[in-house]
Amino acid sequence: MDDARRSFLLNTGKFIVLTGAASLAWEYVVQGAPADAPNYTATDHWWGMLIDIDKCIGCGNCVRACKAENDVLNEPGAFRTWVERYQVDPDDPEHPVVDSPNGGYDGFPPPARAIEGAKVFFVPKMCNHCAHSPCVQVCPVGATFESPDGVVLVDKTRCLGCRYCVQACPYGCRYIDPRTHTVDKCSLCYHRITKGLTTACCEACPTGARQLFDLKNPKDPVHEFLRTHRVHVLKPQLATGAKAFYNGLDGAVR
Amino acid sequence: MPGVEGFIYPNELGLQWSVLIVLYPFLTGLVAGAFILASLERVFNVAAVRPTYRLALLTALAFLLVAPLPLQMHLGHPERSFEMYLTPHRESAMAMFGFVYLWYLMAVLVLEIWFDYRKDLVLTARASTGLRRTLYRALTLWSDDISEPALKLDDRVGRFITIIGIPSAFLLHGYVGFIFGSIKANPWWSTPLMPVVFLFSAIVSGIAAVLLLYMVLSKIRRVEIDMACVDTVARYLMYAFIIDFSLEMLDLIHRLYEADESLHALDFMVKTRLFVSQIVLQIGLGTLLPIALLGLTQLVRLGANVRKVIYAVAGSLTLVGIFAMRWNVVIGGQLFSKSFLGYTTYKMEFATREGLLPAILIMLLPFVILAVLLRVLPPWSEAHEGVG
Amino acid sequence: MANRFGHYTHIVRMAGLFAAGLIVFLFIRWALIPADFGVYGFYRAGALDDARARPASYVGESTCLDCHGQIGDERQGSKHAQVHCEACHGPLARHASGDFEVKPRALNPRTLCLTCHTAMPGKPKDFPQIDPADHGGDGACTECHKPHHPTID
Repeated sequence: MDDARRSFLLNTGKFIVLTGAASLAWEYVVQGAPADAPNYTATDHWWGMLIDIDKCIGCGNCVRACKAENDVLNEPGAFRTWVERYQVDPDDPEHPVVDSPNGGYDGFPPPARAIEGAKVFFVPKMCNHCAHSPCVQVCPVGATFESPDGVVLVDKTRCLGCRYCVQACPYGCRYIDPRTHTVDKCSLCYHRITKGLTTACCEACPTGARQLFDLKNPKDPVHEFLRTHRVHVLKPQLATGAKAFYNGLDGAVR
Repeated sequence: MPGVEGFIYPNELGLQWSVLIVLYPFLTGLVAGAFILASLERVFNVAAVRPTYRLALLTALAFLLVAPLPLQMHLGHPERSFEMYLTPHRESAMAMFGFVYLWYLMAVLVLEIWFDYRKDLVLTARASTGLRRTLYRALTLWSDDISEPALKLDDRVGRFITIIGIPSAFLLHGYVGFIFGSIKANPWWSTPLMPVVFLFSAIVSGIAAVLLLYMVLSKIRRVEIDMACVDTVARYLMYAFIIDFSLEMLDLIHRLYEADESLHALDFMVKTRLFVSQIVLQIGLGTLLPIALLGLTQLVRLGANVRKVIYAVAGSLTLVGIFAMRWNVVIGGQLFSKSFLGYTTYKMEFATREGLLPAILIMLLPFVILAVLLRVLPPWSEAHEGVG
Repeated sequence: MANRFGHYTHIVRMAGLFAAGLIVFLFIRWALIPADFGVYGFYRAGALDDARARPASYVGESTCLDCHGQIGDERQGSKHAQVHCEACHGPLARHASGDFEVKPRALNPRTLCLTCHTAMPGKPKDFPQIDPADHGGDGACTECHKPHHPTID
C-alpha cells in the first residue's frame, strides 16, 4: 500500500471514528472525575454497548438472562432490555410493522401480521446510558446519575418514585418496579463489569450481536469496529449522547 | 394486549402519571389565577373588584394547602419527598417545587392575608373571650397595635408583598408548564409555549372560580351581588380567555404547519382517544362557548339577572374546560407511544390510591378548608363591603 | 420589647418567626443530607457501591473452561465456538463457586436448539436455520448433532 493511500485511509479512519455516534462520547472520555475504589478505578473506563443488527437472531436469550441476573420482575411492563421485530415494506418504509411479544422473552413466534416482501430484522433495545442523559437531568433529588465510568444508575434508597425520569427517557427504557416503588432500568450489569465480567445479556448472546465495550481501553475491539463499520444511535436528533451504538440500523427503526 | 393499538415500547403499557397529576396543575392554577385577580385590586387599583379581594386570597390559600396532596399520594415514596429540600437537583424543574411552594405559601400568601386581616384579627381578639380569644391573640402574634401609623405600615408592606407575589404566582404555576414543556422526548409536551399556556389558562380558571364562589356565597349570605364587581371580573375573564385561546391556537397551527414526525401519531390520538376531552370539552364547551357568552354580554345590553346566569354558566364551563386542558396535556401526552407507532389507554380505577375517588375527595377538600377559613377570617365586614 | 420597635413590633415578631423557621430548616438539612452526597456528582457516592454489591448469577465462560477445558477443545473451530457456555446451560455462578449441589439443568434439545435454529423471517440469511417439520422428524437434535461441535462432517 503506498504512502498516500495509507495516510488517506488513516485520516478517513480517524474521521469516521471521531464523527457520528462516537464523537459525542469521546469528549466525555477525555474529561476526568476523581479516582474511585482501590481495585477498580472508574475513570479508567467509559462503557457502552455495541449492538449488531446483522447478527441478531431474535432468540431472546438476552432478555431471559437479564431478568435472571438482575432479579427483574417477569411481568409485562418491566423490561430492562427487550427485542423488537421490524417488518419494513420497501414500498412503505414510514410505516413499519413492529412487534415485541413479551419483550422477546420467549423468543419470537411467526408474526401475527406478516407483510409480503418485507424486510424483517430484530432490534435489541436497552438503556442507552446517555452521556448527556435527559433522565438524569430531570431527577429532582439526584436519585439517578451517571457514574464516572459512563453508566447511568439508580439510587434506590433516594428515588421518590415520581416518574419524571420515565417521562423524560426518549427510549422507553425505564419502568417502575412495583416491589420497591422506585424506578428501575438497565444498570449495564454494573456489578459485573466492575469485576471484569461482561454483562449478562452479552454473556448469553449466542451470535455476538451484543458486545460490551470500553472506549478508554485501547485494546478494546470496538475501536477497530468503529473504524470499519458505519454505526448509528437511536433518535440522534435528540442529542442524548447515547452510547448504545447500532451497526446495520435501518431508518425505519424508532 | 387489551387497550393497546399498534406498537408501544414494552415498558409503556401503563401510564406513569395519573389523574392526580392532572389535579395538581389544576389546583395550583386556581391558586395563581385567584391571586392575580386579587392583585388587580391591590396593585392595579381596579376598584370595582374589591368585594372579591379577600375571597380571592382565601380561595388561593385553601387550594394551595391541598395542592401537595395529590403529589404525595402519587409518589412511590412520599416519605422521601422531603429530599427535595435536602438535595434539590438544580437542573430539574421539579426540584423547584418545594421551595417555590414554600415561598409562595409563607412569604406571599400567608403574609399578605395576615397584613390585610390584622386589624380585624385584633378587633376580634379584643371582643372575644376564652379559647377564641387565645386563638385570635395568637394569630396576631400577641400584637394589639392598630393605630393609624401601624395600619399605614401594614398597607405598604401588603402592597409590596402583592407586587412580589405576582411574579411568584407566575413562577408557582409557570414552572409546572416548564416541567412538561422541557421534555424533548415527548412532542405533545415539548414546546416553549407550554409555561405561558399553563399560566394563562391558570389565570382564566382562577378568575372563573372566584367569580362563581362570590356569586354562590352572596346567594348563601342573602346579600345583593355587586353587579359592577362581577361585570368587571367577567370582563377580565374574557380578556384572559382570548389570550389563552390565541396561545393554544398558535401552538396547534404551528404543529400542523411544521408537520414533523410526531404529527401523524398525535393527530390520530386527538381524533380518537382525546376527541371528547379535547375537541368537545376543552375547545368547544370549555373555551369557545364561554368566550361567546362573555362576548355577548359586552356587545349586547342585557339585564342583571340574565348576566348573572351567563356568568354562572360561562364560569362553570370554563372550569370544566381548563380541567379538560390539564387532562389533555397530562393524560394525552402518555396515550401515544414514543415510537409514534402505537397507542395505549388510561385505565382509571376508582378506589385505589391514584383512582377517581381520591381525586374527587381532593377536589372537595379545598372547599371544606375554605368554609373554615371563611369562619375564622370573614372576608366581608360592613367596613369592607363595596368600599372602593 | 413591646415599645422598643414601636409600630413595627408586629412586623418584627413575624420576621422573628420566619428567622426561627429558617434556622430550624438549615439544621434539619445539615442533619439529614448524607455525608457522601455530591462527592463525584449530584448523587450519593454510596450508590455506586450499592450497584456493585449485587452477586452475579452468570459466572462467565472463562471460569467454566478452568475446570471444563476439554469442552473448549471440542469447540475449537466449530460453529458454536463463539457461543458462551451459560448461553445454553443457564446461570452457573453458584456451581462454579464450589456449590456442586447446583447442577446445570437438563437441556431439552427440541426447545433449546430450536429457540435459535427454527427458520424465521428476520434471522440473517447465512444463519443456519431449519423448518422443524422438514428436518430430522421427531427426534432430538443431538441424535445427529454434537452440541459442542454441531457440524456433521
